[in-house]
Amino acid sequence: MYRRVAKKVAELQPSGIRRFFDLVSGREDIISLGVGEPDFAIPWRIREEMIYSLEKGFTSYTSNLGLQELREEISRYYKKFGLKSNPNQILITSGVSEAIDLSIRTIIEPGDGVLIPEPCYVSYKPLTLICGGEAITIPTTPDFKLTYEKLINYSETNSKALILNYPSNPTGMSYTKKELEEIADAIIEMDLLVISDEIYSELTYSGRHVSIASLNGMEDRTIVLNGFSKSFAMTGLRIGYAIAPEDILDGMTKIHQYCMLCAPITSQIGALEALKSMDEVDRMRAEYMRRRNYLVKKFSEVFSIRKPDGTFYAFPDISSTGLSSMEFTEKLLIDEKVAVVPGNAFGECGEGYIRIAFAIKFDLLREAVERIIDFAKRYGKS
Amino acid sequence: MEEVEFEILRILEENAKMSPEEISEIVGISVDGVREIISKFEDEGIILKYKTIVDWEKIHSDFIYAIIDVKVSLTREKGYDDIAKRIAKFPEVHAVRLVSGEYDFQVVIRGKSLKEVAFFVAEKISTIPEVKDTVTHFVLRTYKEEGVTLFTDEEDRRLAFVP
Repeated sequence: MYRRVAKKVAELQPSGIRRFFDLVSGREDIISLGVGEPDFAIPWRIREEMIYSLEKGFTSYTSNLGLQELREEISRYYKKFGLKSNPNQILITSGVSEAIDLSIRTIIEPGDGVLIPEPCYVSYKPLTLICGGEAITIPTTPDFKLTYEKLINYSETNSKALILNYPSNPTGMSYTKKELEEIADAIIEMDLLVISDEIYSELTYSGRHVSIASLNGMEDRTIVLNGFSKSFAMTGLRIGYAIAPEDILDGMTKIHQYCMLCAPITSQIGALEALKSMDEVDRMRAEYMRRRNYLVKKFSEVFSIRKPDGTFYAFPDISSTGLSSMEFTEKLLIDEKVAVVPGNAFGECGEGYIRIAFAIKFDLLREAVERIIDFAKRYGKS
Repeated sequence: MEEVEFEILRILEENAKMSPEEISEIVGISVDGVREIISKFEDEGIILKYKTIVDWEKIHSDFIYAIIDVKVSLTREKGYDDIAKRIAKFPEVHAVRLVSGEYDFQVVIRGKSLKEVAFFVAEKISTIPEVKDTVTHFVLRTYKEEGVTLFTDEEDRRLAFVP
């Protein structure tokens, strides 16, 4: 049968949260805790630098890899997460989203398994499927953490790679160096490649973020992905990067040069300025952390909730209300005019949870939290 | 000072209306503990006052602000502190700062009219014996006050749901 849309694409599931758009579109009275991007605008000094660059006429393509100066700066910057890298191992991409796609396309052949701990960000599975890979999900509820034991259970599969994301969207969980070392033991035993999505690394509240690529035996099998969207509130500029072993980076660069050519030069210039604006990150991190503390304290009255180690997400267990994730989300939206994302949008094992994004001004957060608590008490079984 | 005490100051500096209950939830110590720290700061004069930043221009208020550069000559008896205190005690004086550069003090005056401010400077500041010279700059418009911009040209344009 002739089909206009390729089978692989036709079979992809649309994102689970799309249907809520219709429910909230055009409504001003809803407080949304469903927004997975910072409520801060891009720090002004970064914007100012980009405006100036446009005035000076920086409007051309850059090299496929990205501005040399930016790659050198990123190489220096990433040492804070324990990783030493050569600027030649760094590719500037249009956001981490592109970098995830490039990574999977570069290493996965049809039939290869990709291990994806869930709940997880929504793009890993579809991008794997588009490449003909097999998405093998690993449920990690209720503690949302991958461990040596959980991973080694999958050693008999055809898996070639593991996608790690920490601190995690949607759970906020991260790993200590010791926990990462244990996971790395399984990774090395299973001879896996790792795609490590560390986009929330700067928003780590407890302890220090450690890149898994910095551990013994991991550098040559890890593609580190990071970017400027979350830490520097630069979402709309679409600017990220990959740090990878040279053979893999060469492959990714080939795809990138044909599908993207280069990341937008204005965004690259903004990114360069961003790396000189770490004070702004500290300020935003402090504010997110205050909201996190408040939220966790309040929610523990009605839900079972784990304190997020990082990100601006919390992932409380709402099963005490007797509602499914989807019912909870819909009823909350209608009754209380607060929008959240159902946990199962991030994988089946997210059923019984909701994702709360606290990237919202404190006054609105407080109002929304009070409404959610009232709502939960009304439905609570106890 | 402990980190939690710094944090309480930072929170209150940003929003003086934050209640002890809320601060307790944010910093993770008891409500009584927060109250204790705040009253300690008040007693010690670390927290001086709780004020509101008002955009008077919005309600077409008649207040006039002027920044006065003041040059003084020091004597054995009268140092900067003495002169500054003398200036600061006038209720019309909004702020007094010792500054580097050509002039010694930057004095901010609030009055009801140009005339009132001009006369105040002429009669009360210029006549202080140590004051050698003054330059008056009337404020035409304020764009930012105490770290708060008095204009809004940015709104939240984010989509309601972003994965």
